[in-house]
Amino acid sequence: MTIKPWGPSVHKGKAPNPRPFPNSYLVGVGLGVVLFLSVLITGDGLGASGAVQRVWAWFESLIVPHHVDTNIYLVKYAGGEAQPLNHWIVMLAIGVVIGGFISGFIGRRVYTEIVKGPLISNKTRLLFAMLGGSLVGFGARFARGCTSSQGLSGSALLSVGSWLFMMMFFAGALVAAPFFKKLWND
Amino acid sequence: MPFPLDLHALGTPLTYTIFLIIGIGFGFMLEQAGFGRSTKLAAQFYFKDFAMFKVMFTAVITAMVLIYGSVAIGILDFRAVFVPGTYLWPIAIGAFILGVGFLIGGLCPGTSIAGAATLKIDAMVFLGGVVIGVFVFGETVPYFMDFWTTSDLGRLTIPDWLDLPAGLVVLFVLVAALFMFWGAEKLGKMTTGDDPADAPKARYVGAGILVLMAVAILLIGDPTTEDYWDAIAAEEQPLIDNREVQIHPGELLELMNDGYKNLILVDVRDQRDYNQFHLRAANQVAPTADAVEDAAPDLIGLDPRTVIVTMSNDEQDATTAWKSLTANNVINVYILEGGINGWLDIFGEDADPKPVNYPDELAFTFTSAIGGRCVASDPDAHEFHLVFEPKVKIAAAGAVVGGGCG
Repeated sequence: MTIKPWGPSVHKGKAPNPRPFPNSYLVGVGLGVVLFLSVLITGDGLGASGAVQRVWAWFESLIVPHHVDTNIYLVKYAGGEAQPLNHWIVMLAIGVVIGGFISGFIGRRVYTEIVKGPLISNKTRLLFAMLGGSLVGFGARFARGCTSSQGLSGSALLSVGSWLFMMMFFAGALVAAPFFKKLWND
Repeated sequence: MPFPLDLHALGTPLTYTIFLIIGIGFGFMLEQAGFGRSTKLAAQFYFKDFAMFKVMFTAVITAMVLIYGSVAIGILDFRAVFVPGTYLWPIAIGAFILGVGFLIGGLCPGTSIAGAATLKIDAMVFLGGVVIGVFVFGETVPYFMDFWTTSDLGRLTIPDWLDLPAGLVVLFVLVAALFMFWGAEKLGKMTTGDDPADAPKARYVGAGILVLMAVAILLIGDPTTEDYWDAIAAEEQPLIDNREVQIHPGELLELMNDGYKNLILVDVRDQRDYNQFHLRAANQVAPTADAVEDAAPDLIGLDPRTVIVTMSNDEQDATTAWKSLTANNVINVYILEGGINGWLDIFGEDADPKPVNYPDELAFTFTSAIGGRCVASDPDAHEFHLVFEPKVKIAAAGAVVGGGCG
């Protein structure tokens, strides 16, 4: 994998020299243990899209509070006196930022970069990142959870809906793959 | 069962610190997996890199075995664990859209946060896209709320759905996952040239440990009502012994005429006795352990003003039912003191007493099976002025703290 540095790096004075990622099974066990501890201690699994929802609902209620109060979906997050940011999943997301940074720092992977396939320009990559992100955000709320909560956590709990989620998620990505070959391949 | 911890009792600062630490662990593992890099994730779907598949399913089976193992040995109360609700169509459609978006954008919400933490610009832009998607969903969902709440199967796990022991499902999922890893390694040899023979042998040891644990879960079996009762007996048995939950017929009569509290009467006598005589609003539940257990889920999560009263001819079966319901997390359960016999002693003017030969037998005879069509089935509260010590206290609801991706 060729690394194309783009702008500054926190690893000062050195060209990006990332360490290789550890064995996938080993990391999988580590991730599984984190998920297990979360369920054991708190009774809740991991999640991510809910935090984005809450930050956005908070922002929206700052600008158009009346609109939020009259939206049947948003009102439960930020209606009236509700404090959308006062929720554990927001703390979890802050933790993900810190943990991701620590891991990247140890692995010498914290530097600005646009990660993309070799055949497309930076602009194309960012456009599709935005488009893909929008679909993921919409789909995650539609499915009542993202790859973390429904996919990972729900599957480990053997929820029927979560295994359906996994199947449809892989189906969606596999069906789309041939149409977007150019984005990711050389 | 000590876990999950009672987060309300811990207080907000400590709870949030716990979630922050869990989040740090989560983010660390996502970045270690290489999931901050969109190219690595997308390569899965062109079969050029199997990290995503391996990490994800290794995490699922590891957590699954540890969670169900903790449930089997009785340290984790699975009923207090949040399980995402199963809404078939919304999940199927949402997950498909998410899958397409994942392939186009190369990330998902969690991994884009981890990627942004290592200054990956595309991950930050992707996260901005997620916000747009969330915004569009929030603005449009009121127009398809009916569809979004359709096909709701509630909290449904595969063991519940197929009515199989959890250990068997755990073992099956585990073996299926190991089989898929084997396939992924074979496929990987063709597409990436990575020879499975070069991969660390320790993975076989890990797989072996997980299989042994899954077999142990199957052998121990699912927690039973007796297990749940044993876990709370020290706290709950004194309530029975000190007669704190046996309510006087006069108090029941008062509850029957109380417009504020909701009353549910659970009559655990056999069909014959029930047909002979029962309280008008009584629900008959067969006096077997299974029947009472099956009734429990319908008595959970009701209006917090709900009072449930179990009754048998005397108190024996009603007490057994009380234990079973309480062990299955039903709250505000009481027992009719003296049972139906005690009730008829006071209100049953037309009933003829008869001697009883065995415990919990109906001590009255009726000329016909009058069921609930009799004055004593729903006595007029104004005609009786009974003196009793009131015992019903409404307990605050709230064992399950979960909220999922909320």
